[in-house]
Amino acid sequence: MPTRRHLLAHSTQLAALLAGWGLLPLPAQAAYNAAAFDAKTLAEVAKALGVAAPTESKEVQITAPDIAENGAVVPVGAATALAGVKRMALLVEKNPSALSAVFDVSDAVEANFSIRVKMSQSSNVYALALMADGRVLYAVKEVKVTLGGCGG
Amino acid sequence: MADPMRIRAQASGDKAVVRVLMSHEMETGQRKDAAGKTIAAWYIQEVTAQLNGHPVFSAQWGPSVAKNPLLQFTVKSAKAGDKIAITWLDNRGDKRSDEATVT
Repeated sequence: MPTRRHLLAHSTQLAALLAGWGLLPLPAQAAYNAAAFDAKTLAEVAKALGVAAPTESKEVQITAPDIAENGAVVPVGAATALAGVKRMALLVEKNPSALSAVFDVSDAVEANFSIRVKMSQSSNVYALALMADGRVLYAVKEVKVTLGGCGG
Repeated sequence: MADPMRIRAQASGDKAVVRVLMSHEMETGQRKDAAGKTIAAWYIQEVTAQLNGHPVFSAQWGPSVAKNPLLQFTVKSAKAGDKIAITWLDNRGDKRSDEATVT
């Protein structure tokens, strides 16, 4: 007859294992995913976030300037009207830390976020939508960065 | 610690667009100072928001978010008079919370 202590220890281990696989609901995943922010490419980020390989989709919109005058402050936005989005993410491909931000989508907010990011050089910027059914959809835009000068 | 966040939340219909300007260095950990020493990474890692005490928004950020981040998101079911509170937590363990009223 397993003791309560044994049962609790076992479920904690199981929970930790599941959390590592990204299978637990959002509140349990509050720990910061440092591996995802260290990843260098879109594929690595997807793997670190524990999701499928991303596919391009017209249902995800990315807002970003064609030319960023100041690479230190580039406004970018990610949005989608799709139902069933769990998280949205913004990536700057050529940055040392490709993943810029991950936004959790709950019933209380629209899947529409914008922030300002740093871009080390002209690069593709990706907006990802991580769906509840495991799909990852993205939109991409090339943003040119002019360092100094008057742009153009 | 840092300067207070500037929060603007405007209701339109039953939603509110929330814009927050945070005051934070957001050091990537890539820069070197004049002496050639690497400046340690110091950046906001988590941001959460509550509407009238209920969690409505959460995000995780990396070092590539710009200095003095400007965040914008839209909360559903919000009306003028509701209280919106934003909290950030950085990699040094510092945190800051500020509150504003939806107009």
